[in-house]
Amino acid sequence: MIHLVWRQFRVQALTTLALLAVVAVVLAITGPQLVHLYDTNVKPCRAQGDCSLVTKVFLSHYRLLQDLGSVVVVLPGLIGLFWGAPLVARELETGTYKLVWMQSTTRKRWLAVKLAVIGFASVALTGLLTLMVTWWSSPIDRVNEAPFAVFDQRGIVPLAYALFAFALGMTSGLLFRRTIPAMVVTLVGFAGIRVAITSWVRPYLFAPLHFTSALLLPQGNETSNPSPAALLRPGAWTLSDQTVNGTGRVIGQEGAISSGGGHMGVGFNYTGVGRATLQGVGPCPNKFPPQSAPVAVFERAAQACANKFNLREVLTYQPASRYWALQWCEAGIFVALALVLVGVSFWLLRRRFA
Amino acid sequence: MTTALSATGLGKQYGRRWALADCTVDVPEGRVVGLVGPNGAGKTTLLNLAVGMVRPTTGTIEVLGHAPSDRAEQLGRVGFVAQDTPAYSGLSIADHLHLGRWLNPRWDDDLAKRRIDQLGLDPSQRAGKLSGGQRAQLALTMAIAKRPELLVLDEPVASLDPLARREFLQLLMEAIAEDNLSIILSSHLVGDLERVCDYLIVLASSRVQVAGDVEELLSTHRRLIGPRRDPRSLPTDQQVIEEDHTDVQSTFVVRCDGPIHDPAWTVEQLNLEDLVLAYMGRARHGEDANHQRLSVLG
Amino acid sequence: MIHFHLDSRSGVPPYQQIVHQVRHAIQLGLLKEGQQLPTVKEASGHLAINPNTVLKAYKELEHAGLAASRPGIGTFVTKSLSDASIAAQGPLRHDLERWLVKARRAGLDNESIEALFQETFRSFSAEGVA
Repeated sequence: MIHLVWRQFRVQALTTLALLAVVAVVLAITGPQLVHLYDTNVKPCRAQGDCSLVTKVFLSHYRLLQDLGSVVVVLPGLIGLFWGAPLVARELETGTYKLVWMQSTTRKRWLAVKLAVIGFASVALTGLLTLMVTWWSSPIDRVNEAPFAVFDQRGIVPLAYALFAFALGMTSGLLFRRTIPAMVVTLVGFAGIRVAITSWVRPYLFAPLHFTSALLLPQGNETSNPSPAALLRPGAWTLSDQTVNGTGRVIGQEGAISSGGGHMGVGFNYTGVGRATLQGVGPCPNKFPPQSAPVAVFERAAQACANKFNLREVLTYQPASRYWALQWCEAGIFVALALVLVGVSFWLLRRRFA
Repeated sequence: MTTALSATGLGKQYGRRWALADCTVDVPEGRVVGLVGPNGAGKTTLLNLAVGMVRPTTGTIEVLGHAPSDRAEQLGRVGFVAQDTPAYSGLSIADHLHLGRWLNPRWDDDLAKRRIDQLGLDPSQRAGKLSGGQRAQLALTMAIAKRPELLVLDEPVASLDPLARREFLQLLMEAIAEDNLSIILSSHLVGDLERVCDYLIVLASSRVQVAGDVEELLSTHRRLIGPRRDPRSLPTDQQVIEEDHTDVQSTFVVRCDGPIHDPAWTVEQLNLEDLVLAYMGRARHGEDANHQRLSVLG
Repeated sequence: MIHFHLDSRSGVPPYQQIVHQVRHAIQLGLLKEGQQLPTVKEASGHLAINPNTVLKAYKELEHAGLAASRPGIGTFVTKSLSDASIAAQGPLRHDLERWLVKARRAGLDNESIEALFQETFRSFSAEGVA
């Protein structure tokens, strides 16, 4: 049975292997060059202070290869579409199942071997590519210091995505018995589940941490208030940034107060001589300077008003230290889903095809 | 003697439609069984049930003494050539033979190679490039090289040209002569069946209309031609299968066990095609009568 | 070695056609004593008919004393045209020619002669079996 599966899969396997080899060679050549660039330009700069220009220049190298990260994101979906969906559907569609099921091998064994061989190939392919991209990207990731932004292109989750997409494809193929409908369902299903888990599950796999600080209004030439996120350890994943009033009610996002008119930012209205109202909150208890006063005086009074109302900015976040825990958890979820789908496949096989 | 195929009250339902209903047959071993009937009568369903591709909705079926299953032993004893003889278009003929060798314990590789040679086929050619006739020969070779006890063929020659059809049947007959194989062959071309089958099952309107030894069937059915007569006036041992009346003349196809004594009749023997047509006609009349009844009620 | 052929439209059962063809071949001297008939496999393959049909024909030939089967080897002709039957054919032919002249004089055309002969022969054969 393995021989047969290999014979059928041979061309696809060799083609992808060839492509992978090409990518490996390119990355192997450019990787050390990237490290060299980092060591000579970015590292010394970092030791000294503000590096934003040097960093920008560094990140502009090998733009195209940086897009390989997107390939890692897309690859599981492609595997589900082109290796998972046709796995069973094609045989059902072309009628070749009538040939192979009459050879003296049970249907369970037929499905199990197909699943094992091509499932393994899927995970191996994704794993190798992810490994290569992770290795090559490490200087860039060190510069960006935002591991959660590339969470689904690094580490072990891509392998779990690949396994899930493959299992989804196989199950759809068994369910719909036609390749095209199976592909559509696999695509929609895979994308849907990925988006759902990224948005609604990943942030809460572990109870997020909170960081509260007093709301700081913009001073001087700043156009928006200084974000407390800068105070967090680098690499944290900010889930939300909310403005909270004295009683704990959320009154705005990202250091702004949303008033009825849909203003973003923090606004004050003069209500009388020396009196002002903080929009969206209430009348300021402290005295305000006249409108002709210098900006700095006004700003001090504004800050004092905000403090009086006990306005705070609350960050909800996952710290960088939880990165790997989250990777393993999410990988576990997708592997579990994949196993459920495999079980469904075998059940469908038994029920529908004697 | 054991039976090749034995079914009792066998039925298969798809959705609301019964593809096969109330099927009870006992086919002895060592025969070439012809399964004939119009398209959609249930032939493919019966054959799929026999090889275990689908499970029955009602009733039981046994093949070579065991229920059809997908276990290696049972599969090894039954060879199947499905309609349209599916093959892996990307694999070569040699690959297909390898498939047979890898997946079957009782595979006779020499026989398979010899046959392919005899047929003049190139083993390295991809199955997708073969003609319909060549693909059918490949499918037959694979089924025979498995050394089965029962060979089931679903309309294997339906889409073949006359020469390919003849060559296929020749190969099949040689195979039977070599081994003591039982064969169940479905077709809607009665002419082929006549040369080849010694047991007949007529399937029409999803039911078995008649089943038996060809010789016995031909000797117990007659065509009676004579003056116009009411079928009910015929003796009870003469069962009317088909009737046709003009204002002065009646023609009946009857099944009877004894000789026909009434001198008013001109008695003729039937050939297999006439017999099959008579039973298929009876089934169709039964259907029409049902529809009329339903439309009167509805 | 002779090859069989079948006329599927003649109304004569295939096995009987084979029997006739063997008989005919013996009469014409195409098959002599000791010669082998086609094997069941060859004959059924060549004609694409059920091997049992060929077996039946060969059994009947055996029964009629015209052939004998040697298991594992094949079926062989056991009788050539006997001199007795060759001898009998001469006078029979003569009688037949006389009858034909009579029929012509009675006004029968070729078709009627043939039809009369066929009908009489058929009922004669049927009686013989019954």
